[in-house]
Formats: sequence, structure tokens, C-alpha cells
Amino acid sequence: MKSLLNIRATLLMSALVALAGCKAEVLAPSGDVAARQRDLLVQSTLLMLLIIVPVMLLTVFFAWKYRSKNKEADYQPDWDHSTKLELVIWAVPLLLIICLGALTWVGTHLLDPYRPLDRTDVNTPVTEEHQTLKVEVVALDWKWLFIYPEQGIATVNRLVVPEDTPIEFSLTSSTVMNAFYIPSMAGMIYAMPGMETKLHGVMNEPGDYKGIASHFSGAGFSGMHFVATATDQAGFDAFVAETKAAGGMLDRTAYLELAAPSQNEPVRTYADVDPILFARVVNICVEDGKICMAEMMEIDAAGGAGHAGMMNLMPRYASADGRALAIPVLGGNLNMIQGFCGPDEEARMLTQRVVIAPREITEPGPMRGAGLTPPRGIFAKEPNQFSQIPPEAGAGKDF
Amino acid sequence: MSYFSPSNPAALYLKSDTAAVDKYWDQSEHHPEEGASTPLGFWVYLMSDCLMFAVLFAVYGVLGTSYAAGPGPKALFDLNLVALNTAMLLLSSITFGFAMLALYAGDKKRTLRWLFITLLFGLAFLAIELYEFWHLIHEGAVPQRSAFLSSFFALVGTHGLHVFFGSVWLVTLMVQLSTKGITGPNIRRMNCLSMFWHFLDVIWIGVFTFVYLLGMI
Amino acid sequence: MADAPGAQPTTFLLGRLNWEAIPKEPIVWVTFAAVVLGGILVLAALTKYRLWGYLWKEWFTSVDHKKIGIMYIVLALVMFVRGFADALMMRLQQVWAFGGSEGYLNSHHYDQIFTAHGVIMIFFVAMPFITGLMNYLVPLQIGARDVSFPFLNNFSFWMTVGGAVITMASLFVGEYAQTGWLAFPPLSGIQSSPYVGVDYYIWGLQVAGVGTTLSGINLLVTILKMRAPGMTLMRMPIFTWTSLCANILIVASFPILTMTLILLTLDRYLGTAFFTNEAGGNAMMYVNLIWIWGHPEVYILILPLFGVFSEVTSTFSGKRLFGYSSMVYATICITILSYLVWLHHFFTMGSGASVNSFFGITTMIISIPTGAKLFNWLFTMYKGRIRYELPMMWTVAFMLTFVVGGMTGVLLAVPPADFVLHNSLFLIAHFHNVIIGGVLFGLFAAINFWWPKAFGYKLNVFWGKVSFWFWVVGFWAAFMPLYILGLMGVTRRMRVFDDPSYQIWFGIAAFGAVLIAIGIAAMFVQFGVSIWKRNDPAMRDETGDPWDGRTLEWATSSPPPDYNFAFTPVSHGLDTWWDMKREGAARPTGKYHAIHMPKNTGMGVILSAIATIFGMAMIWYIWWLAVLSFVALVAASIWHTFNYNRDFYIPVDEIEAKEAARTKQLQAAAGV
Repeated sequence: MKSLLNIRATLLMSALVALAGCKAEVLAPSGDVAARQRDLLVQSTLLMLLIIVPVMLLTVFFAWKYRSKNKEADYQPDWDHSTKLELVIWAVPLLLIICLGALTWVGTHLLDPYRPLDRTDVNTPVTEEHQTLKVEVVALDWKWLFIYPEQGIATVNRLVVPEDTPIEFSLTSSTVMNAFYIPSMAGMIYAMPGMETKLHGVMNEPGDYKGIASHFSGAGFSGMHFVATATDQAGFDAFVAETKAAGGMLDRTAYLELAAPSQNEPVRTYADVDPILFARVVNICVEDGKICMAEMMEIDAAGGAGHAGMMNLMPRYASADGRALAIPVLGGNLNMIQGFCGPDEEARMLTQRVVIAPREITEPGPMRGAGLTPPRGIFAKEPNQFSQIPPEAGAGKDF
Repeated sequence: MSYFSPSNPAALYLKSDTAAVDKYWDQSEHHPEEGASTPLGFWVYLMSDCLMFAVLFAVYGVLGTSYAAGPGPKALFDLNLVALNTAMLLLSSITFGFAMLALYAGDKKRTLRWLFITLLFGLAFLAIELYEFWHLIHEGAVPQRSAFLSSFFALVGTHGLHVFFGSVWLVTLMVQLSTKGITGPNIRRMNCLSMFWHFLDVIWIGVFTFVYLLGMI
Repeated sequence: MADAPGAQPTTFLLGRLNWEAIPKEPIVWVTFAAVVLGGILVLAALTKYRLWGYLWKEWFTSVDHKKIGIMYIVLALVMFVRGFADALMMRLQQVWAFGGSEGYLNSHHYDQIFTAHGVIMIFFVAMPFITGLMNYLVPLQIGARDVSFPFLNNFSFWMTVGGAVITMASLFVGEYAQTGWLAFPPLSGIQSSPYVGVDYYIWGLQVAGVGTTLSGINLLVTILKMRAPGMTLMRMPIFTWTSLCANILIVASFPILTMTLILLTLDRYLGTAFFTNEAGGNAMMYVNLIWIWGHPEVYILILPLFGVFSEVTSTFSGKRLFGYSSMVYATICITILSYLVWLHHFFTMGSGASVNSFFGITTMIISIPTGAKLFNWLFTMYKGRIRYELPMMWTVAFMLTFVVGGMTGVLLAVPPADFVLHNSLFLIAHFHNVIIGGVLFGLFAAINFWWPKAFGYKLNVFWGKVSFWFWVVGFWAAFMPLYILGLMGVTRRMRVFDDPSYQIWFGIAAFGAVLIAIGIAAMFVQFGVSIWKRNDPAMRDETGDPWDGRTLEWATSSPPPDYNFAFTPVSHGLDTWWDMKREGAARPTGKYHAIHMPKNTGMGVILSAIATIFGMAMIWYIWWLAVLSFVALVAASIWHTFNYNRDFYIPVDEIEAKEAARTKQLQAAAGV
């Protein structure tokens, strides 16, 4: 049955691809994750067509057969109930949804974007030998910043990755919500300010693919796209070397300059990157003197800073990139909350940030998802975790 | 084969079978009782208002521990004051109950007297709450300081606004009672305000428990 | 404070309203000129034909549920033209902006257009449309003389108008939100959207939202308390059932929207920290809250139309509705389930797989009762005698269109599939497929079905068919390309495109939009021609029952008298009117009694006008006016409670005269 479904899926897929002029990236992706998402999409469609097509045919047939001009047809004006028929009416959709629900449960866990990949393609399971490439992505107004922490380089509006290598994207945003989407690689995940989200993907064919912002983010939204290139390992190494050679340093100052809103940005590269820049972006403390979310959450977990917490404020008139901040009309001046940690402690806290631990996949069976840490209840004294980075224990206590 | 010929349905209206007509049409003098829907309508309104508070409680549940490296409840709340405040509101509910009893007894003077006492308790509650807010703001614990304070002021403030408008309504009703007397519409209005007032009491018990007591633990 | 950098320049008298607020786009100027010209013409015509007094006395201040219902629908039609103009502009921009062209709209203008299109179509077209329909029909179907709270009904309507006025004002003074129709923060926060756009959005929705909530309470109580004797819940017409559920949803979801928008307002005006990160707030909470309202909202829109399709199918098949009770339980299931699915609007936010699958599966479960409904309609047609009048044509078109939209909806409920299709044009195609194919087709069916009841003559069939075919073909041409574009990975709300292979599909979609435009024009021609030829004997409805109907609204004259029924009907089963006809109990002509009715009042207009002024004052930071109008609002409300004289009796002779005229009319029609 499964293989039959797959064959039909392939047939339908090719038909749709032909229809869309060979450009339907969602239906013909090159990445394994997107391909599996596509399979699920096609299988669900076929399952539903099992019921949709008969219903449509029946509608047309009844509509035609029982037209008032057809006096031959049976007419029973008082027939309004049949227990057997009602049973079928409710049972058929129910059965369909049971099948679809099972497919959904399995598929959702298997294709959870937070779950590290267990294979790079149908035939290649991920083993110890696979190096996972880490890419940190920041959605800026209105361009994409990619930081390669292991290579120590960064690019704007340009992503180059080695093929057949699992990639772990860490996503965040500087101001507003956005979504990071390379249709040929894997589905999209939101990039949100002050939060870190994850996406795992792999590219299986060399080539240039489109990468887009897929959540409306303001004036420059339409121009906020990039080319994602998959290449062999040598090509990737060459790209890293080239970037290294081209020079440029992305430190906090350069980042703040870059973060100022701009549209249709050209590609830029940086040979060197502040290693905790991404952590600072997530913690909203790229600016000097501003408290990092991690420290803030540590203080909050201890019950707040008491009366000292009403004095760690500094009036603030301009945003980090030098623009005047809009002042809420009835709210008085804006304030910036200052941290208690010194710069060294802050750096230590951000360096030792606990990366969301890679989950052990002992048995990559389809029913096992890589779930997130369980949410804490609303009555818990700890601050809500969502997806922020837990600080090192004890950090920020010594103010 | 329809039951009649749709080509000339008008004919149908003209021939009628008396027994059937009596079965299907109530020809007695029949007026829906005036204001019969009001209590249910007001209940439904209260439930929709309750949902607004539910949102505020949920928001407080999510943000209530986000102090933004600022003061938490322990540094800010004065439980004695809040207990006094709670007492004011609970007492006002009791006195409103007495006002309703007097109303049902048809004693206008006594009703007005109890309503006035209720109003005083309500105003005392508002005064204490305003003092608390003034004190917090004076200390620097403004709603802008942290998400915790934002949600605190929104929840407690919305309740306070309800009490304020309840008091305005109460004064209005006192005037109406004293000029128009204990009439059908006024009894209906008293019933609604009574529900409103007790509803605010229930909400306050939630606020007191969820915000103040749990916050101080 | 005003001098701090970042504060907008304000004056005491006008707040931040100044010459800068006048939009610079020539398109807006042309629109403005057209609206002013049209407005002057209408006002002049009203003055010339001395219609002001008539409109004020008979319509604006009326508490008659029928007139209010009609006014709601007129409002919806007017706003529909605006919303559709936005749609055409988007289609034109998207087919134009290829190959380095920026198109003809800059992002400031374009972003307002798609936001306004969404907001207007949902809040000021679909909502007034269904509220109007429920207002008109529910009391008639349950054999009541009016709703439970007639004044509140009038007030609710005018609040909806107030919200629409605020939203429309943004076109000519200032700007509208550039955030998308749900205005997610931080984009809708003060830092990203400092000017008036989002404030217009907030206050427009708040003013209209008060009206919607109150009318929901009103209709809910009406259905529960005002039913004719004998009409138990399980004997209510199916449209009344779906209205009941829709109004429960309104009462249980609009307060959430109201409060969420209040919190956004506090963030924008006071600088609180609900949805901004820096002081510990959380923007994801907004997304959750707004969708906890937003998902029930789509069922608020579709449920009453499910009722319409049920009534139409059973009437035009000449059969009892198949599976009435399963239809009722399906409606109740949908009502409850609609609160358990909101997270499917943001699977991509990064919730765990278990959370995502839970919400995915609950979403799919909704398709079970919906599927059951579809089968029920199907088996109502089975062994029927289907007359293909316009309402039935729309119904069959709905059945064939809606299943496709339902299927793509379930597809989007599969989280991994949603990861690749979320925010894409596939999603756009899906919800237009269900909203146009379900809600709009249903409304058109309803208009064609109940127009004779409201006005006493049928709608022109020829133009109705023209409209139908252009609409149906235009719909498929306009939205099938969007499904394909979605599968090509094209995101919604894009203004400019690089990839030339998209253009052909956008071209087809634009062509479809033009077909729809012709369909809409044909609909207005249909109305015009029908009104023009309203005395054509072939189109007149003399009996009050032009379609061989089944429910009580057909038991009275067309249009019904103010008091709906001279005597109170008594229900002994489902399809009361059908039973009456069968047993020869169509019309009593006994001894009439005076009828107790509510008095008209201008208070609704006044209160909502003050509320609208308050909204505008808040948008423009004109504090003196805001304080003044708020105090006036409270004072006027209190003043209104001092009016104890709110009802009157229709005297017996007036009823007798009206009923005698009707007897004559029937005799003439019967040829007696």
C-alpha cells in the first residue's frame, strides 16, 4: 500500500510539476527534508481525494438526476433519515481522519525542524562521521545575516553550504518577526526578536536556490531574499577561504551599522566575526550597557532585583543604529535597562551559553520526536522559558 | 407531487381549516413579558466581560514573573493594605445584598440607604487602590518598567475601572429609584447592577489570590 | 515631553493632525475626488427628493430588526466595493512588477492596500453581511416580533458603521496600517509603526467590535428567549441553529480580540511591555491571543451560511432536510472544536512536535462534522425535485468549490506540509476558496432567496445568471493560479518579483479578478433592473411564499408588516410553515389585538457618532476632544437610561387594515 501510494504520489507530483512549468520548488525540492515534507503533502492529498472525488461526482450526479424536469426520478419529500446512512456519513470522514491523523502524528515528529537529521538522503543515515554545519541566521530590516560560527565568517544575503551535509540553523531577528525559508531545502521557521528558533536541513544537489523571507516584515520585505548555493566540500572550502581573504570584521559596531533599515541590499562578506555576536543579538544586548536577556532572566528567577531594580535605568532617545526612537505619546521617556554584570562576566555568560542540547536519538524510529524541553507551568517561579538561552548558573548574581 | 400547487399558492391562504388554524396560531392576547430577556442578556454580557478578564489573567500568568531585572511583588505589595481593600469590596457586596432585600420588601428609603453605604465602600475601595497605584508609581514601579508591572496594572486597573463605572451606575440608579420609585424597570436594573457588583467581587477574589497572595509566597 | 527627539510634533488643537497627513499618492487623490463627487451627488439627491426626514425616521432611528438587517447588508455591499477595489489593485501590481519594474504602487501604499483588503473584507463585509442576515431572519424564523433588545440592535449597527467610517477615513487623512490584517507586533508596535496607521486599525476595530459583541449577545438571547410556543431547540429552523452557534462564538471570542487590542493600544500609547521584548514582554502571546479570537471568527462567518445552504437545499429540493439532528450536532461540534485549533495558524513558530500534531489533528477533526454536513446536503438532494433557481445554483457551486477549499485546508493542517506552504499564496488560495466559495456564495444564495421576502419581488434571473457564471468562472481563474504559485514557493504580501516564470500565473489570476469584477457589476445591475421592474407581475411575490418555503418567515407577507405576525405562530414540529400548509392552517383572520412594540430612537446614531469622534481623537492624539467625547459618551448613555418611555401599542384598527389589505392581495393573486 505504501509503495502504491508512493508511486501514485510520484505520478501526481510529476503531473503537477509539468503543470507548473518545472518550477514548482515545493513539489520538486532538492533537499531531503523538503522532499519528505512534499511526500507527506502528496500522500495526504491522495488520501483526501479518495473521498473528495466521489463526493464531487455524487454532487454532480444528484444535481443532474434529481432536477425537477426529470419526472422519472424517484421523489420522496418526507424521507429525511436513515440511521445506516448517517453512520456511513460520520464514519467515512472519521476513518479518513484517523489515517490522516496517524500520518500527521508520525510525520510531524519525524520532520520536526528542531530534530537533528537522522539521514541526509534516503540511503544515507547520519553517522559519527557527518560534520553538522552550524549557521546562525539573523533577520535584519531588510536583509539576511548569516554567521558561520565554526568558520568565523559572516555573509549578508548569501548562503553557501556544502551538499549532503546536515545543517543546523539557529534563527533570530533584530526587530520584527520574520520567517526563514529555502523552499528547496526544508520548510520555514519563524525568526523572532529575543528568541532563538532552530531549523535542520540538508541540500542534496549542487546548485543555486532561492531563499526568501516568508513572513511580512515591513517596507523592504519584497527585496529581502538571497541565493542559497549548495556546492561540494571543495567549493565550500574555497568559499570560506575567499571570504577570509576578502577581509572585513563584523563586531558589535559593524553589526549595529548593518542593522539599520535598508532595502535590496547587495551581498556582503566578513572575514571575521565576534564569536558571541549572535548570542548578543538573541539576548538583545548588542548595544553597550544594555542588560542581556539571560542576565535579566536569572535575576527574575531569583524574584527580581527589588528596589535596586528601579534604579538600573537610563533614558534613551535613539535606537542602537542611531535612529530616533518613537516615544509612546502618554508614556514619558523611554528607558534602557542596564545590566549589573561587568563586561567580562557578560561575555563569559554568553560564551558559555548552553546550546539547546542535541537530543540523543537512540532509535530513529518514526514515532520518536525530538521534543522540546517541557514547558513550565504558569505558576512556576522561573521566568517563562520559551526558547531563550538559559544562562550559566549563578551568572548575574553578584551585583 | 407537492402538497399543493405552487403555481397558485395564494389559494391556499384563503381556505383554512379552523381547527388547524387554532392549532398553529395562538390567537389569544399574547404579549411577551416585558424585560423577560434582560437577566439572561445581562448574564451573557457578564460572561463576555469575564472573558476579557480571562485574557488579563492569562497575560498575567505568562508575564507575571517577567520583572525585567526590576522589582518583583515582594518588593512592592503591601498585603495589609490589599487585605483592607478586599474587605471594603466584600463588605460592599454584603450591603448591596441588603439593598436588594430592602428593594424586594418594597422599602425605597431603606434601599437607598443601603445603596449609599455600598457606594461608600466602593469609593473606599477605589481610593485605597488609587493610593496603592500612586505609591507604586512614586516608587518608580511604573507600568512601563516591566512586563510584570504592565500586566499587573492592566489587570488590577481594569477591575478598578469596572468598580468606578459600577459606582457611576449606582449613583444613576439611586437617582432613578428616588425619582421613579420601585418600578418594574428599576427592579430589573437593580438586579443587573447587583449581578455586576457581585461579579466584580468574584473577579477581585481571583485577583487577590492570583496576583497578591501567590505573588507574596 | 513633546520636545524629546522621537516624539511626533503635536498641537493642542489638532494633535498630530497637520498637512503632512494628506496622502501624496495621485491614486488616492483620484479616489478622493470620486468619493467627494459621488457623496455630493447622493447628498444632493437626498435633499432634492426630501429623503432626509424619511431616512432618519424610517431607517436610521428604526429599531425594527428587518430594517436594521437591510441596513447592515447595504453597509456590507458598500464596503465590499472598497475591499474589492483593493483586491484589483493588488492583482494589477503583482502582474505588473516583474523584470525590474517596481509596478505602480510603492511599498507604503501597497502594504496599506493588502492590510485594508483583509480587514475590510472580514470586519466590514462578511461580518455585517451575516449579522444583517441573522438580524433579518432569526426573529421571523422563530415567530418573534423583534429581537430581545431592539435599541441595542440599532446601537450595534451604528457602532459597526462608526468602525467602517474610521477605517475609510484612513484613506484620505493619514494612512492605514501596513502590517497585514492581524497587525502582529513588533511590526505593529510604536517603534516599527509610529504613525497613525495601526491606530486607525485599532480604533476602527474597537468601535465596530463593541457593536459586534452586543449584537451577538442580543441575537443569542433572542434565540433562547423569544421562540414561538412549541418551538423547542430541536424544532428550530437550521439557519436559526447555525445563527445560535455563530452568536455563541461571537460572544465567546470578540472580548478576546477587544482585550488583545487594548493591550496593543497600551503598548503603543503608554509604552507598556506586553508585546515588546526588552522589558520582558512577549510578542508570541499576541499571536496566540489574536488567533484564539481569529479561528472562531472564521466559523462565525461560515456557520450561518451552512444554515443558508441547508434551507436552500431543502426548499429547492422540495424535501425535508436530511439528517436534521446530525446537522445540529455537527454544528455544535464545530462550535466547540473551533476553540481547539488556533495554533494551526503558526505551526512555524517553533512549538514542539507534539503540540503541533495535537493542533493539526484537532483541525482535521473539524472536517468530520463539516463532511457530515456536506453529505447531509447531498442526501437532501437525493430523491428530491431540484428546482434550479438562483439560490440553488449558488448552493451547488458552493458544494463543488468548498470541498476543494476544505481539502487544501486539511492539507495545511498537516504541520510538515504547512512548513512548506505557510504564508504562501497556496494559503491565500485556500482561505479565499473557503471564504468566497463558502461565505460569499452563501450570501449570494441568501440574497437571491430572501430578497422577495424583504421587498416583495424576486430578483432578475438573467442578470443573476450572468453574475453567477462570471463569479464562479472568475473565482476559479483567480485562485487556482495562486495554488500553483504557492507550490512554486511564492510568499504572500510580496510587491515585486524577480522570477519571470511567475508572471503568467499572476496574469491568469488578474484575468480571473476582472471576471469577478464583471460578476459584481452584473450583481448590481441585477439589483437595479429588479428594482426598476419591481411591478412586473411575473416577479412580484403576492403570497409571501414565492419558493414553496418551509419555515415561518414565509408564513407572513412580503415584505412583512412591522409586527411580523398578527398572531403568534405555534410550532408542532420542524418546518412549521410546511406543516401549516399541509394542514390548511396558513392564515388566521380572527379577532386582532393591539401589539406591543418598541419605539424608534435616535440615541444609537448619537452614541455611535460620539464613539467615532472619540476614536478619531485618540488616533490623532487630540486629547481635549478625546476627553470631551468620552465624557459625552458616558453622559449620553446615562441620559438615555432616564428615558422610561420606550414602547407603544400598534392599535387594532391599523392591524385590521393591514391584514385586510393582505387578504385582498391574496384574493387577487388567487384569482378569486
